[in-house]
Amino acid sequence: MDLTTPLGDEVLDLRAGDAVTLSGTVYTARDEAHLRMMEEGIPFDPVGAAVYHCGPVIRDRKEVVAAGPTTSARMNALSGFLLDAGVRALVGKGGMDERVRDELRGRGVYLAFTGGCAALAAARMQVKGVSFEDLGMAEAVWEIELDHLPLIVGIDAHGGDLFEAVRQKAKLQFDQQFNSYKGPGL
Amino acid sequence: MMESASSGLLEAVAAATASALHEAETSLPADVNAAIGRALEREQDPTARAQLENIRENIRYAGERGLPLCQDTGVPVVYLTLPPSVPATADLYEAVAEGVRRATAEVPLRPNVVDPLTRENTKDNTGGGMPTIHVRPGEELTVTVLPKGAGAENCSRIAMLLPSQKGEIARFVAETMLLAGGKPCPPVVLGVGIGATFDGAAALAKEALLLSIDEMDPFEQDLCDAVNALGIGPMGLGGAVTALAVKVKRGHCHTASLPVAVNVQCWASRRATRKVEVEQWT
Repeated sequence: MDLTTPLGDEVLDLRAGDAVTLSGTVYTARDEAHLRMMEEGIPFDPVGAAVYHCGPVIRDRKEVVAAGPTTSARMNALSGFLLDAGVRALVGKGGMDERVRDELRGRGVYLAFTGGCAALAAARMQVKGVSFEDLGMAEAVWEIELDHLPLIVGIDAHGGDLFEAVRQKAKLQFDQQFNSYKGPGL
Repeated sequence: MMESASSGLLEAVAAATASALHEAETSLPADVNAAIGRALEREQDPTARAQLENIRENIRYAGERGLPLCQDTGVPVVYLTLPPSVPATADLYEAVAEGVRRATAEVPLRPNVVDPLTRENTKDNTGGGMPTIHVRPGEELTVTVLPKGAGAENCSRIAMLLPSQKGEIARFVAETMLLAGGKPCPPVVLGVGIGATFDGAAALAKEALLLSIDEMDPFEQDLCDAVNALGIGPMGLGGAVTALAVKVKRGHCHTASLPVAVNVQCWASRRATRKVEVEQWT
């Protein structure tokens, strides 16, 4: 499915594992930006918005040089207020925890982009604006126009979580492989 | 006298460091590229394949445009080999730092280096103990850079095993990846350091990331198979290839010790080396 912001109820139809593209405006935010937004308010219209966990390299405040996703799990405890305000999609890498999975139920999705693919992402991005620039390049909120960024639905609005499914299978496999272990120290 | 005699050499070291960083940040070594190609041959799952296709397209874009492969351009880890005629002076360390500052401005690199407690950014990727510089004696003066991103570095672990636990090394390595999941941007390369001391094992693990991943010995292959059996896959979304390779470096250790360190490296296993001609300045 091709998604375009502002996002609406179409995201509720998605299932974990679906491949989608995302176009339109996204807002970058990492740890510091989340904390600032909780204190001072969200500097963009959150209704239907997509928030991208990313600390980009931007040249001259206008050219996206590199903009791959950062580890989303750092924002596990910091995302509820965005979803409460109407944000429909969180974009990042590595998955998020059960708290976010519950917060997404019935209202939004977590979309996974390929970690490290900063040049690929940059080729499909244009800078439109910036907020909280005093936080520094990586932590500022950049307003970015996206053109068909290829993403995987990691967590859907029905509690489906591809990362968790993979993690549970990996744990089972690990226990089978190493079940004879009894020693101390680990 | 030393300073004037060596100023050309110091400039050459700074230039070599900047040049190696430029190469490492914008292109992958041939062995890592080849391993990503082999991973794509093995993967059947469409989601896993999509991740690897994105990675390949990203490598191509970065190469065409001369831009960083990843926005986390990392912190610089630098390995120097010095011939007997070149002493490891403070000037030499400063020349390496100067190379880092140049690359930060020119590539450009994201300024990632901060004070650990105040979190104040130095803005040029240098600082106290940064770049980390490892010096070894050698026949030639070489500068090797290994820019290290935090996503993967943060998933690294060390264990002080008992001497009777050498059979548990595979468990510790696989457990490290089980805990890491998709966070370190798999398919990863794992550097494993076995032996030495607490600090030495970590250094060996990182040095193992400098080894070619074209081949693995049977022990390394066993560790790699144990990791790949977990099915974590590219980006933690499931798949056959969680690790492109596991490389091991060993050191002798205390008879009562068995330190094991795992340094996790993302698919962008970046490294580059420059040789610096010494004769003309000494």
